[in-house]
Amino acid sequence: MNFGLTEEQEVLRSVTRRFLDERAPMATVREIMESPEALDEKLWTGMAELGWLGLVIDEDHGGAGLGWVDLVVLLEETGRGLLPSPLISTSLAPAAISEFGTAEQKQRYLPSLADGSAIGTLAVLEESDVVGPDGIALSGTPDDGGYRLNGTKRFVHDAGAATLFIVPFLADGNDIKLGIVEANAEGVATKSYATMDETKRMADIAFDNVPVSSDAVLTGDGTAALARLLDLAAVAVTAEMVGAMDKDLEITSQYAKDRVQFDQPIGKYQGVKHPLAEMYVDVETSRSLLYYAAWCVQEQPESLPLAAARAKRTRASRSSASASMAYSCTAPSVSRRSTTFSCISNAPSGRFRRSETPTTTTVA
Amino acid sequence: MDFNLTPEEEAFRDEVRSFIREHLSPEGRKDPNFMGNWLKSVREKRWVGFNWPAEYGGGGGGIMEQVILKEEMSKAGGPPLGTSMMGLQWVGPAIIEYGTEEQKQQFLPDILDSAYQWCTGYSEPGSGSDLASLQCKAVRDGDEYVVNGQKIWTSGASYSKWIILLTRTDSDVEDKHDGITCLLVEMDSPGVEVRPIKNMAGSSHFAEVFFDNVRVPVKNLLGEEGKGWAVTVSALAHERSGISEVAGLISQLAQVVQLAKRTRKNGRPASEDPGIRRRLSKADAMIEGMRLNGQRFLTKQLKGEKLSSETSINKLHRAFLAIEFGELALEIQGSASQYTSRPADEDDDDLGRWASGALGWPAVVIGGGTPNIQRNIIAERILGLPKD
Ligand SMILES: Cc1cc2nc3c(=O)[nH]c(=O)nc-3n(C[C@H](O)[C@H](O)[C@H](O)COP(=O)(O)OP(=O)(O)OC[C@H]3O[C@@H](n4cnc5c(N)ncnc54)[C@H](O)[C@@H]3O)c2cc1C
Ligand SMILES: Cc1cc2nc3c(=O)[nH]c(=O)nc-3n(C[C@H](O)[C@H](O)[C@H](O)COP(=O)(O)OP(=O)(O)OC[C@H]3O[C@@H](n4cnc5c(N)ncnc54)[C@H](O)[C@@H]3O)c2cc1C
Repeated sequence: MNFGLTEEQEVLRSVTRRFLDERAPMATVREIMESPEALDEKLWTGMAELGWLGLVIDEDHGGAGLGWVDLVVLLEETGRGLLPSPLISTSLAPAAISEFGTAEQKQRYLPSLADGSAIGTLAVLEESDVVGPDGIALSGTPDDGGYRLNGTKRFVHDAGAATLFIVPFLADGNDIKLGIVEANAEGVATKSYATMDETKRMADIAFDNVPVSSDAVLTGDGTAALARLLDLAAVAVTAEMVGAMDKDLEITSQYAKDRVQFDQPIGKYQGVKHPLAEMYVDVETSRSLLYYAAWCVQEQPESLPLAAARAKRTRASRSSASASMAYSCTAPSVSRRSTTFSCISNAPSGRFRRSETPTTTTVA
Repeated sequence: MDFNLTPEEEAFRDEVRSFIREHLSPEGRKDPNFMGNWLKSVREKRWVGFNWPAEYGGGGGGIMEQVILKEEMSKAGGPPLGTSMMGLQWVGPAIIEYGTEEQKQQFLPDILDSAYQWCTGYSEPGSGSDLASLQCKAVRDGDEYVVNGQKIWTSGASYSKWIILLTRTDSDVEDKHDGITCLLVEMDSPGVEVRPIKNMAGSSHFAEVFFDNVRVPVKNLLGEEGKGWAVTVSALAHERSGISEVAGLISQLAQVVQLAKRTRKNGRPASEDPGIRRRLSKADAMIEGMRLNGQRFLTKQLKGEKLSSETSINKLHRAFLAIEFGELALEIQGSASQYTSRPADEDDDDLGRWASGALGWPAVVIGGGTPNIQRNIIAERILGLPKD
């Protein structure tokens, strides 16, 4: 029994934090947020050089060959820093290809994802608004051994920046398969729009008779593969939220020590200090659930679905509460100190509400 | 990060499991001598006081094995390993840490043998959360202390043989945590009077205890005179790690889930109601969070570090769940929850079963430090916010 990080993981954490403090302080985050794809080329190259983009890709394919616990350490830090980047999206695409791809597919796609020259994302949600196998209706008509895709994916993270999409579709009206589609393929049209979380970009992707050749279809049971990828996504997203909440708590506690009203630091009033204590309870409990889920990814895959759902359930309901708490404790200083606060206050809550997946079914 | 057990730990777990299979069969439990036999056999295994020093009859075991033992026992719904509850939970550990050799010889084996009960005389009418303000007086007179004052909410006072008592030996102190002295007092000493208090669930497991010139031999002083606060702090710390409670909570949740499945509301099982499902799933995730928090605390302990304020996290979850389970059960049951016992002409076993549970939460929520006190501990000691 050892529920702690290794020395290497602690180093990864501190190196990441230092890099982000230097290269992406809040003022820079603001600038990146306002760029079209919320992506900074130089920073992206720096991240690739540090090996972040291929962190969980094996060494044979140009990655660092680390595990999901390591990835979660990294994502907690990027969440703390509210770093706008397609890091999560592009970590999920290689997970799909590594776990469900053929040797040729791995050879073809993984090295470029690892070095950042390609960016991937998972395109799941459709008109049904159901995140999961039940919501997939995008049609794949058999054609020349492969398929032709018709339909639309909605609210796809980082679809504007991505060069390739992992697309679950309904093959021949029957079973779900996962196809790899290049963003510049014929018949693909993306439409980006502003969403509530300004550090993130989303887009709709329209598929108009887009060809997916047989060698671009991932192997195995697509329904199980999609479920697995969504569990991984839940872990990744939770990691960012926990990181953001942790920073939230840190800033707010500091503010409560510094801000004086009625001749006392407001942190002396239980109306302020007790909600902060509750935030601490939430952050630490979420972190426990998160790291266990991350460990399950590789060590105990059969326990992952429940572990991921529990972690994300707790987080999705609490991070918005923590953000509004931070908001109310600092009152309108929020708007004045907007460089930090307006991000923190709406990012974690707005970011993932759409995909919140309560575990009710698992329990009852 | 590794949640697996080592081969040795797995072997120990299997040993515990096979012991449970052998000694906790449904038929075995019906045996009138079941409890006596049980206590004897776990004692022979040296599983009572598992981590206490072997020289005083304890098991001399490690933390990890202790957790495995408690978890397995709790999962199996087994009876406690000993009946001297407070003796095992904090009086014994305090004596191990602060007691004289003579006290260890005298008390520890009795606690392990479930020979008699201990009770805890901390709270007073004027001193609850602010325990250090306590006033019950002890004055040294030769080889004895003379005790005068009152305690309240003393659980088990009417059937305990000994009380671990906090007294004030010095009122002329700058810091009220100084001048407190811990005494071990026999309840049948002349001048001790116990008046039971009935609680809202209708039972009277606790009492007021009055001390009128009670004479206590100096050899029953635990720790140093005036340094009794340290004894309390260490004793309370044993109460807060919270790992072994999780199996119990899982089984409580399972019972509420079962209740929701068999109770019909608006023409369908209550378990299909989205509001109820949401609350059940929240409780489920919280319990799992407690289990994993416990594993983090355990990791710290295994590395030889001391647990401190972070254990308040699970105390707060625990308090929430105690209230939530009661309320949830009542809400699922609806008006039928008002029965405090099953009417003779009804055959629904759920009737009358949940009300007393719902009235039982104060024991969990208040004992060992109220939620507000836990929040203060976290805010001040961990987040570094100014003291009240
Ligand atoms: C949208 C908006 C418009 C506004 N427009 C105007 C305007 O037109 N003109 C104007 O003059 N002002 C305006 N204000 C300012 C507003 O009146 C103040 O923000 C408000 O009085 C709170 O003061 P503060 O921001 O300094 O927060 P603080 O007083 O510093 O409070 C910070 C936090 O500490 C808590 N706190 C403070 N004291 C205690 C205590 N004793 N016990 C417990 N908790 C405590 C508060 O509840 C809060 O959570 C506006 C504010 C907003 C948000
Ligand atoms: C079932 C049960 C069994 C018990 N058994 C024993 C026993 O065996 N031996 C024993 O000595 N005691 C026992 N107690 C007593 C228990 O330890 C006290 O009830 C507890 O310490 C709280 O003290 P109090 O009841 O005086 O409440 P108070 O301290 O008066 O608290 C009343 C309310 O005020 C709040 N409050 C107090 N101080 C603060 C603060 N600084 N900030 C914010 N809020 C505050 C509390 O949270 C609480 O809500 C038992 C209690 C219960 C319910």
